[in-house]
Amino acid sequence: MTHAQKQERNGWLFVSPWVVGFIGFLAYPVVASLYYSFCDYSVLKKPVFTGFDNFIQLAHDEVFWTSLKNTAYFSVFFLPLSLIVTLGLAMLLNAKVRGMAFYRTIFYLPSLVPMVATAVLFLWVFNAEHGLVNGLFASVGINGPGWLTDPAWTKFTIILLSLWGAGNTMIIYLAGLQEVPQSLYEAAEIDGARAWQKTKAVTLPMISPVILFNMVMGIIGAIQMFTAPFIMFPSGTPAHSTYFFAAYLYDSAFRFHNMGYACAMGWIMFVLILVLTLLSMRLSEKHVYYGGS
Amino acid sequence: MKPIASSILGTLFVALTVAMIVGAELITIPGDYGNVTHVTYWEKWTGFESDAMKAVVDKYNAGEGKKKHIFVEFLPVGDIEAKVLIATSGEMPPDIAGLDTLDVAAFADNNAILTLDSYCKQYGIKEDDYIPTAWKMMFYRNHVFALPTTPDSNALHYNRAEYKAAGLDPNKPPQTFDELDAISEKLTTKDAKGNYVQFGFIPSDPGWWNWGWGYFFGGTLWDGKDKITCNSPENIRAWEWVASYSKKYGATAMSSFKSGFSFGSAADGFISAKESMQLQGVWMYNFITQFNPKLDWAAAPFPHPADRPDLANMTFADSDNIVIPVGAKHPKEAFDFMAFVQRQPNMELLCMGQRKGSPLAKVSDWFWKNHPNPYIRLFSDLPKQKSARTPPMMGIFNEYNDAIGEAFDEVCLLQKTPKEALDGVHDRIQQVLDHYIRISKLRQAAGG
Repeated sequence: MTHAQKQERNGWLFVSPWVVGFIGFLAYPVVASLYYSFCDYSVLKKPVFTGFDNFIQLAHDEVFWTSLKNTAYFSVFFLPLSLIVTLGLAMLLNAKVRGMAFYRTIFYLPSLVPMVATAVLFLWVFNAEHGLVNGLFASVGINGPGWLTDPAWTKFTIILLSLWGAGNTMIIYLAGLQEVPQSLYEAAEIDGARAWQKTKAVTLPMISPVILFNMVMGIIGAIQMFTAPFIMFPSGTPAHSTYFFAAYLYDSAFRFHNMGYACAMGWIMFVLILVLTLLSMRLSEKHVYYGGS
Repeated sequence: MKPIASSILGTLFVALTVAMIVGAELITIPGDYGNVTHVTYWEKWTGFESDAMKAVVDKYNAGEGKKKHIFVEFLPVGDIEAKVLIATSGEMPPDIAGLDTLDVAAFADNNAILTLDSYCKQYGIKEDDYIPTAWKMMFYRNHVFALPTTPDSNALHYNRAEYKAAGLDPNKPPQTFDELDAISEKLTTKDAKGNYVQFGFIPSDPGWWNWGWGYFFGGTLWDGKDKITCNSPENIRAWEWVASYSKKYGATAMSSFKSGFSFGSAADGFISAKESMQLQGVWMYNFITQFNPKLDWAAAPFPHPADRPDLANMTFADSDNIVIPVGAKHPKEAFDFMAFVQRQPNMELLCMGQRKGSPLAKVSDWFWKNHPNPYIRLFSDLPKQKSARTPPMMGIFNEYNDAIGEAFDEVCLLQKTPKEALDGVHDRIQQVLDHYIRISKLRQAAGG
């Protein structure tokens, strides 16, 4: 065996656990799920090939469309809100004031709390009768809404909860903001630029790749929204107002014993994320500035 | 790094990974420990309910099991249905699994649990040994698929002290729905600002039997074969009764009021005395004694429609069950333990420990005399009534129940009329059932 061959063999030995993991836990399940999406498959019995049956059924499934609408509603409101709020926070936390490390820690802390714990906590914070939020409203003479019981408010509650844990997005923005060369601000100041002009002409273009990254990650996260509604609103209560795409997928697979149907939904979710991501990349081509390109 | 060193390191790395995978696999394989057969039993219970079954398992292991060289390992497992599902499909199921009645049909339809007919015959277990509702839940598609562990039934729980305070006779609970509505109105009060401080009765609390209100009015959910019947006049009448509460007391105010409740805690509507009457199960006694032992309460059969006296004393009889998943390594030994549980003294040890009734036809005097629940005879007698109902044994019930839950919310919030909501459920679930039947036939044709 030549030295190069030995090197190659050793290389393969080192990466083999990853290769085995990739084939066993990613590649095979992905391919298998594609096959199962064309089958009637309860997990407990062998799959029976039924062609496009699952997809046709999905097209006529009211619950599927409700879950899709709920997910779209959440995404449309959560994404821009999340991008604006976290960027605003990151800008504030980028200011040069004393005790900034403390403020940064405080704003980042909520994202360290596990989502299940946050969801349970919010059940009490937003409780219509004994909750903190309605308690505050009551102290100023306002009758707070049924955050968890009124279908008009439940999705908004989940949006608020999701914003609560957006510290990771904020940190990524903060890192992006600190990469903006100081010289550009100085040049802008010499040209007489005011604060908003500096933000518009320097900050936003310079961190545009970070905004795009956060947007794409936000789209993926919003479409996959699962834990909080699963804990706070079992079966999408009230009246399926919080029944999201991922929850219906889970129920189809593990409660309704319809894994083939769930796989079909999984692939629809994948295509949806792919299309939206590609669309974001395409639309952003003229607006994103890459320093190296 | 020298080539030989990196080669050794790489080999070690791979060997370690393989050893971890194989080792993890080996420790999860239940094997024979010497000449003792190791039976694994997964159950959903925790706390004192788990302790009660553990006592029966210990009794078996110390006596009969020891003689027969069988050891039962009892393991409480959360989210048991999903875990049994995955373990069974992975051909590594436990030997015994505790399932709800609603899941027995779904697992049976998927050939995921063994039929127990031959074992029952061998051990002399027969229909006469059980109260009829218990047998009904074990017996599906002409086969015994499950054996019962602890049964339950429900009844109206009412607050005697609040009856007295409102000038009502605490020994006269409502007999009909009209009486229930009138008493509820009398017990519902508001504060000076117009906010509710007390409710007489809330049909959507605790909300576990939303699928079953139609049964109280003579309705059914399906014909037992291929027709969904949730939009029958009886079911619509039941939901109109439910909607009447939202209309009378305000949909938002009522849902907001009950959102402060948390079942089985000091914040439970009935236990905290904020809701004077509630449809609850035999287990409620346990929580009352734990969180508000001074509560002056009583239990009585749930009311019936005034024009349907034949529906008096109706209850939902349900049961926890044990099954043997397909692929279990020791089905014979597993059934030996299951049969042991069915013997009267062992069953009573279990049911007394969980403070429930017994699914067996014969019950000892000791059980009645020592049972702590003062209404245990009521909860044990109700399932024996002709009007008693059991959950529908259908493979798609989880999906059906979800659809009913959504429609029920819409009716309670007055977003839809009962007819609109139930017609919607009917149209959707009939399609699901048709598909289910079509696929089952397809499978049969394919020999699957």
